[in-house]
Amino acid sequence: MRNIIHHLRDAPISAWIGIVIVVFYAVLAIGAPVFAPFPESASVGAQYQPWAAPHYLGTDALGRDVMSRLIYGARNTVGIALVTTALAFTLGASFGLLAATVGGWFDPIASRVVDVLMAIPPLIFALLILTITGTSIIALILVIAVLDSTRVFRLSRAVAQGILTMDYIEVARMRGEGLFWLVRKEVLPNAAAPLIAEFGLRFCFVFLFISALSFLGLGIQPPTADWGGMVRESAKLIGFANFATWQTATFGLAPLLPAGAIALLTIGVNLIVDWVLHMSSGLKD
Amino acid sequence: MNPILLIVLKRLMIGLLTLWIVTVIIFAAVELLPGDIATEKLGQAATPESLAAFREKFDLNRPMVERYLSWLGGAVTGDFGISMANQRPISELIGVRTANTFFLAGYAAALAVPIAVVSGMLAALYNRSVFDRVLSNSTLAAISFPEFFIAYILILIFSVWLGWFPSLANVDVDTGLGERLYKTFLPAMTLNLIVLAYMMRMTRAAILNLLALPYIEMAHLKGIKRWRVIAVHALPNALAPIISVIALNLAYLIVGVVLVEVVFVYPGLGQVLVDAVSNRDVTVVQAACLIFAATYILLNLLADVLSIIANPRLLHPR
Repeated sequence: MRNIIHHLRDAPISAWIGIVIVVFYAVLAIGAPVFAPFPESASVGAQYQPWAAPHYLGTDALGRDVMSRLIYGARNTVGIALVTTALAFTLGASFGLLAATVGGWFDPIASRVVDVLMAIPPLIFALLILTITGTSIIALILVIAVLDSTRVFRLSRAVAQGILTMDYIEVARMRGEGLFWLVRKEVLPNAAAPLIAEFGLRFCFVFLFISALSFLGLGIQPPTADWGGMVRESAKLIGFANFATWQTATFGLAPLLPAGAIALLTIGVNLIVDWVLHMSSGLKD
Repeated sequence: MNPILLIVLKRLMIGLLTLWIVTVIIFAAVELLPGDIATEKLGQAATPESLAAFREKFDLNRPMVERYLSWLGGAVTGDFGISMANQRPISELIGVRTANTFFLAGYAAALAVPIAVVSGMLAALYNRSVFDRVLSNSTLAAISFPEFFIAYILILIFSVWLGWFPSLANVDVDTGLGERLYKTFLPAMTLNLIVLAYMMRMTRAAILNLLALPYIEMAHLKGIKRWRVIAVHALPNALAPIISVIALNLAYLIVGVVLVEVVFVYPGLGQVLVDAVSNRDVTVVQAACLIFAATYILLNLLADVLSIIANPRLLHPR
């Protein structure tokens, strides 16, 4: 714990910006019902209201409050992306560590399967599978988690193989430690930094991926508030933007608000990832 | 036999093998559908006669391997069978649209590649300058922004506000080249911005790595001009990584095009794919996925082969 505080004090300004962004989103997502002035999917006013109290960011085509939907969107989009990333990580890291430590016939087979899965563009693969399974949230999470775990598999296998050549592993093996002990006490602690950074990168990827699918109308389905879907719903409004007054100009911002919310969070996570990678690479400048 | 030819041949074989496995996956994925395609498409209330007619029409009665072979044979010659949604030949549905998609991706690449390579070299030359720092930050933006965010910003500025370019890229067969380039400028620009920063950064990294090598220092010490060191001494060795970065990004363009087409309502293959997925038009999805996946794999293959060929060390074996 003191170690973390120590690192935080030395964190560069970019990392701090990232941390502030991520904390802001986390607070909004967790406390969505407290912060949102209106319910998630109820019609609470006339449609297409301009930006004025009580609808500070206007209302959408069904008269739902845009600000409330943005706040609930943080909970839905980020929540699903987190679950998916965690699943992809569990899957990819355990298979990757297994392939590196057990080796034998398991390693080449798993590696070839991953090679083939990675040869197909993930978006195309996901669309193929979603045609068959239909677009439910469970299907979405499973499909993306499996597709994404291939990249985690590659990284964790490579990192673990690097660690397994170390002398201290040899010593532990000669002491007669079991496989599980080796992974838990020697490999995992040493692989932590690159894996944490990878978790951030994978989260960004999954988050953008789910948003893209929702934008295409194939991801999280309405009336659940979700940023990708909100961009899709409000896309037509951009044509009605008029820069004569700021009230009419805000129509142009309708699809940009949820899209910007996605972009900002991704930037925040990337800034933190850069910092973690920089720390773990041991560069001090 | 020339060792470089052997390496290239080996890589080609692996690439073709991958492509073959991918066709099997695309075909088999649909076969593994829980339940029966005919019942799924026609609904529970369908009469046995109509189910039988559907199966006859889409050739579902023969064994799977036989159907796979005839599907693959057809796909190679450009015949993908008929659509399950509207019973029209798929090649008719996707022919022009596939050409449109390749046109858009090619347009974006023609914009992005020269800009990326030149400015990547400049960034390497003026390392740690303001230009270099701007480049570094724009890469962060490019990997963080969803495609549609960039697209809508461009629409808001260049179409709604300034009115320079149309926000809908509605081209058809009769659209002339000039008008086509004009109408597809914003989608091409969006794709360009997505891949540009990344390509620049990789070019910069490739050249910076080289500039740290002793033979470059030697060239500097001989008193050769800075740009000449880069163009004559560094660039030939940097070609391999730059070429593979370009090809990988082109492969990415082929996929990124799906979202951009939807934003700009561009009549391309990506639109067809997205519509087919929401209608669950299985045969069209298979065809579109096969085209996208094959292009992606072939471009990756091309990247590998070119970077093998462009490697000076392999060209002059001892």
